Amino acid sequence: MNTTSSKIILYVGILAVSIVAPYLFPAYALQLAILWIMILFALTWDAMGGQMGYNSLGNIVFFGVGMYISAVAQIGLYFDVGEYTSAYGAIKVDFDYGQYFTGLTLGVIAAAFGAMVVAVAFGRIVLGLRGPYFAIGTLGVALSAGELLGAWEWVGAGSGISMPVYPGDPDDRSLLFYFMCFAAAAATFFFYRWLYTTRFGLALNAIRDDEEKAEAMGIHTVRYKIVNWAMSAFFLGISGAIYGNMIGFIEPLEVAFPTVTFGIFMVLMALMGGKGTLWGPVVGATLFHIIKEVTWTHLLGWQWVALGMLVIIIVVYFPQGIMGWAHDKWPDFFGIEVEEAPAEDIEEAA
Amino acid sequence: MAGMIEIRNVSKAFGGVQANKDISMDVPEGKITGLIGPNGSGKTTLFNSVVGYHPINEGSIRFQGREISNLRVPEIARLGMLRTFQQTRIYGKMNCVRNMLISVPHRNLGWADLFGKQYSAEDMDKAERLLEFVGLYAKRNLLAGELSFGQQKLLEFAMALMNDPKVLLLDEPTAGINPTLINGLIDRLKRANKEFGITLFVIEHNMRVIMNLAEHIYCLAHGQMLADGSPEQIRTDQRVIDAYLGAH
Ligand SMILES: Nc1ncnc2c1ncn2[C@@H]1O[C@H](COP(=O)(O)OP(=O)(O)O)[C@@H](O)[C@H]1O
Ligand SMILES: [Mg+2]
Repeated sequence: MNTTSSKIILYVGILAVSIVAPYLFPAYALQLAILWIMILFALTWDAMGGQMGYNSLGNIVFFGVGMYISAVAQIGLYFDVGEYTSAYGAIKVDFDYGQYFTGLTLGVIAAAFGAMVVAVAFGRIVLGLRGPYFAIGTLGVALSAGELLGAWEWVGAGSGISMPVYPGDPDDRSLLFYFMCFAAAAATFFFYRWLYTTRFGLALNAIRDDEEKAEAMGIHTVRYKIVNWAMSAFFLGISGAIYGNMIGFIEPLEVAFPTVTFGIFMVLMALMGGKGTLWGPVVGATLFHIIKEVTWTHLLGWQWVALGMLVIIIVVYFPQGIMGWAHDKWPDFFGIEVEEAPAEDIEEAA
Repeated sequence: MAGMIEIRNVSKAFGGVQANKDISMDVPEGKITGLIGPNGSGKTTLFNSVVGYHPINEGSIRFQGREISNLRVPEIARLGMLRTFQQTRIYGKMNCVRNMLISVPHRNLGWADLFGKQYSAEDMDKAERLLEFVGLYAKRNLLAGELSFGQQKLLEFAMALMNDPKVLLLDEPTAGINPTLINGLIDRLKRANKEFGITLFVIEHNMRVIMNLAEHIYCLAHGQMLADGSPEQIRTDQRVIDAYLGAH
C-alpha cells in the first residue's frame, strides 16, 4: 500500500470516528470535546517549542485572553458588561437563537484576533529572551495575567462571569460544542500541516537549530518569531472562546488561565508525542488525555506524583517522544535517509 | 579599484581588554584579502564588528560606501555581506538540502514568498549544484548535524554561496579540515572568487594557505595593525615573523 492511499484511509477513518463518536457515546461528548482542545493545545505549543525551539510555559495566556474577549464581546453586544458581572449571575438573560449565535460567532472571531494582538505586544518583549529565560518569562506572563483579571471588577474579578446560556436543548448544545472543538482542532492541524511545507516552516526550523546563524544569514528572525507566536495565539484564542462557552462559567485561575494544569499539559503532550513533528502533538495529546481521564480520579491525592513520574519517564527514556522514536525505528516509512546516496565519494571529489 | 569594505580607525574593547585598536583596512571589490595574526590578536573581533555582531567603540565601517556600523547583523547580511563562523554553524537537525534552501538571499523575500512553497525549481537546482561544488552531493539528505566537522565547514561555505553574497568573510575556513582536503578547499575558494565574482575576506591561521590565496594581507598583533602588503612582503616582514614566533 503506498503512503498516499494509506494517508487518505487514515484521514477518512479519523473523520468517521470523530463524527460518530458523540452520537455513540453522548455521555462522553464533553470529554471528547476537551480531547480536541488538548490536540489544539499540543499543536500550537509545538509550533513554538518543537518547530522554533522556544519552549513557552505561558501559551495558556492566549487561551484565557480569548475566553475573556469572547465573554466581553458576547455580553457587551446586548448588555452593559460591568452591570452584568456585578450581578454575579443574578441577571438571567434569555438569549434567543439569533442573539446567541451572533454573539458566539463574533466572540470567537474577536477572541482569535484579540489573542493575536496580545501575542504581538508580548512577543516584542519576551521573544527577545532565549532558552530558559524565555520559558520563565512566559510563565510570568501567564501567572500575572490570571492575577490581573482576578483583580479586575469590570470582568467579574475572582468571581468570574456566567456565559450566555444556550437557548436550545442540552443534547444539541453538547453536540454543537463538540463539533466546534473538532472543527477548531482540525483547522489547526491542517493549517500547520500546510505551514510546515512553506519557506516559513523552514525558517522556523533554522531558528530552532541556530538562531545566531539564522541572523547571520539574513533571516528576518524577529518577524518570524512574532508571526509564529501570533498564529498559535490565534488558534488558542479560538479554543478559549469555545471552551468558555462550553463550560458556561469562566473565572481567572481555574478556567481561563490554568497555568499548572492545561498550561503544563500542553508542553507534556507535545513532548510525549514527539516535538517538532506534525503528528507527535496529536498522538501525545490523545494518549495523555485518555490516560489522564482513566486514571485521574482513581489516583486520589497522587495525581501530581503520577504526573511527575510521567515527566521523568518521558524525559529520560523517550526524549524524542513517540513519533521521534518511531522515526528512528522506521526511517524508511517516514522517508528519512540515514545513509548517503550512492554517488561519488566526497573524499575523492575534494 | 572600488573599496568593498572600508574600515577606518576602528577600536573595540571588552571591559579592560582592548581587542581592536585603531584598525584601518580596505577590502577591494573582486579580490581576495587576507587577515592573519597570532591567536587572540583580534581577528574574529574585527569580523564581528564588521558584520554588526557588536557595536564598536570608535571608528567607521563602510560597505559599498554606506556606513554600516550602526546596523544589526541580519540587516547587514541582507545587504550582501555574509560571514562564516570559526566554530562552524549549520542547522544541525535539518538535512543538507534544507540547510541550503533556507539560505537563499533574504533581501528580496516578501510575505508571499514566505508562505509559498519551500523552494522553487531554480532554488533546488542551485542547492544541488552548490552541494556538488563542495563535494557534499552524496550526503545531501543526511542531517547536517551528523556530518564530520570538516564536512560541516564545507556545508557552511555552500550555504554562504547559496545566499549570493557580494562579499564573504571567512573565519579560518581550513581549521579542523583534513590536510589532504585543504588544497581542494583553496581551489574552491578561488573559484568562488573568480567564477561567482564574490569578494573574499579571509582570516587564516595557516600561513601556507593564506600565501597561496590572498592578493593582499593584513597582519594584526595584540589588537593593533602590525603590517600589510603582498604575500611576498608579509612572508619576509621581520615584525610578522617575530609576532608568529613569539606567539608559539
Ligand atoms: N565577547 C568577548 N568578551 C570578552 N573578551 C573577548 C570577547 N571576544 C574576544 N575577546 C578577547 O579579545 C581578544 C581577541 O580575540 P579574538 O578576536 O577572538 O582573536 P583571534 O580571532 O585573533 O584569535 C582576546 O583577548 C579575547 O579573549
Ligand atoms: Mg578567531
